[in-house]
Amino acid sequence: MYKDKSEVVFSDDASALIQKIIRRYPDGRQKSALLPLLHIAQAEFGGWLSAPVMDKVAEILNIQSIEVYEVASFYSMFNLKPVGRCVIEVCRTGPCWLLGAEDIVKYLEKKLNIKEGQTTADGVFTLKTVECLASCGTAPMMQIGQTYHEHLTCEKVDEVIDHYKNNTEGTISHWSKDKIKA
Amino acid sequence: MSRQLLLEHINTPGIRGIKAFREKGGYSALEKALKTMKPDEVTEEVKKSGLRGRGGAGFPTGMKWSFLAKPDGVPRYLVCNADESEPGTFKDRYLMSHIPHSLVEGMIVSSYALGANTAYIYIRGEMLYVYHILEEAIAEAYEAGFLGKNILGTGYSLDLYVHPGGGAYICGEETALLESLEGKRGNPRIKPPFPAVKGLWQSPTVVNNVETIAAVPHIINMSGDEYAKIGIGKSTGTKLISACGHINKPGVYEIELGVPVEEFIYSDKYCGGIRNGKKLKAVVAGGSSVPILPGEMILKTPTGEPRLMSYESLSEGGFAGGTMLGSGGFIVMDEDTSIVKNLWNFTRFYHHESCGQCSPCREGTGWMEKILHKFMDGHATLKDIDLLWDIQSKIEGKTICPLGDAAAWPVASAIRHFRSEFEDYVRNPEKIKDIKHYYRLNNLQPVS
Repeated sequence: MYKDKSEVVFSDDASALIQKIIRRYPDGRQKSALLPLLHIAQAEFGGWLSAPVMDKVAEILNIQSIEVYEVASFYSMFNLKPVGRCVIEVCRTGPCWLLGAEDIVKYLEKKLNIKEGQTTADGVFTLKTVECLASCGTAPMMQIGQTYHEHLTCEKVDEVIDHYKNNTEGTISHWSKDKIKA
Repeated sequence: MSRQLLLEHINTPGIRGIKAFREKGGYSALEKALKTMKPDEVTEEVKKSGLRGRGGAGFPTGMKWSFLAKPDGVPRYLVCNADESEPGTFKDRYLMSHIPHSLVEGMIVSSYALGANTAYIYIRGEMLYVYHILEEAIAEAYEAGFLGKNILGTGYSLDLYVHPGGGAYICGEETALLESLEGKRGNPRIKPPFPAVKGLWQSPTVVNNVETIAAVPHIINMSGDEYAKIGIGKSTGTKLISACGHINKPGVYEIELGVPVEEFIYSDKYCGGIRNGKKLKAVVAGGSSVPILPGEMILKTPTGEPRLMSYESLSEGGFAGGTMLGSGGFIVMDEDTSIVKNLWNFTRFYHHESCGQCSPCREGTGWMEKILHKFMDGHATLKDIDLLWDIQSKIEGKTICPLGDAAAWPVASAIRHFRSEFEDYVRNPEKIKDIKHYYRLNNLQPVS
């Protein structure tokens, strides 16, 4: 945990990418870069946004911290509490639900021995349900990082969980680490 | 009746890259437009084509473009709405991830027509992998001289950027999208002023859906008049339909507008019929927001004619007897589907996604979700059906943006067409426990 924003340091690659993104908006409109910056921050600092991290983002964009907090709390992709190394997001809406999304969630809850919204004791998995991910033709589905896992069955869920359990590469974020290069 | 424009080359190896895309005629519309046409001539062709917004509203694209204010010394912007999040819709993600250059070329031609020198593609944050695919395509287009300063020596300059969202259905509403692009919460703006006058950073802005923009190069290549010959009546051209639910062949299909709904559901060319030999119960034809229709009503219009996949035919009969083409998210439900529980699922979605600005939507969606939950718990009374009807009628038309309407219509149509099922939940609560059919998935047993 960081005590305050002075302890929050982005990697060189991330800093360069952030500056590149800010230049995409007209002078004085740098606040527009807020959403991409929050994605990058979440990828850099353990998959969630702590207050010091958000304060650091505010400092980079030269805006008030409250402007970052109100945005981070509005959008569903930003985690404001610590999460597991691997966040499982199961689509629960309409078409996925018609084809068994509830069963997938129940199966995951049983398999991981946690309830939706919780993190496993070893800190590896967090289970979330999310709204439609535009993958209705391949329902039911779930997202981990930027990867869509589709046509889910219990066996397929087992395979995916085994894959990530044995993967120790650190946090799996939406903005993948290998894409943090300017 | 199977003209392919947008997806014609979808199976070409390497079509994600600029080389294969150009070998299939890609970027020829860009050369034609920038080298031989004036911006207004491009707009004129789009008007002639009869192209209508493919995101859901179906507003004529050429007319939307002609509303754009052009004050001197003020920049104008084109923003692509790639925030595809209407449940049942997955066509834009499909198109962008497979043929990203079709969108990039469309953005350049459209920006040229509008006189925009900066354009943004606002893509759903959840689709960050597609964000990176688009970034690669844009980099290739810069390298080929199709973007940047003085494109192909014509003197026209354009910068194109991708911008990721953060996960919010409401950002598909164009003014919420612009707020979000400005780095704020996605709260829709009060209109007027419309984005065409005061949009992104208070400058004149056009916001168009991915599929709409990707259709523009085809219009330029073949001419607006030729494009208008495809389709039926005022539903010109082709449309991507995302077919899903209880069908044998879910997927994205490009149809010439005017295909009979019955053919679309049962023909092997499209959905291939209902799974497991079941009967058709209901269809949500244009994304979760449009009215649900029972099987017999989606196949035939109120006058007994075969219903067609077109803007006009699907809405024939108004809201009492018809629905909408919407985004083309075509959700099919078989005979075992619980309409009440499905409605609860949709209503939970709208409750979750309401931005909270307008009381009728913020409070009403949550209230409806709670009442629908009572039905499933076996605690609802017959009065609750009337209460649901009353609440939805007090949301519709009383909010800043259409999310309120989108939450109200599924409720109204479900009660209108399936009232007896709601009554059954009240009268026979013991039956509810037996409804296991929505767990039916080939390889998946209900988990206790």
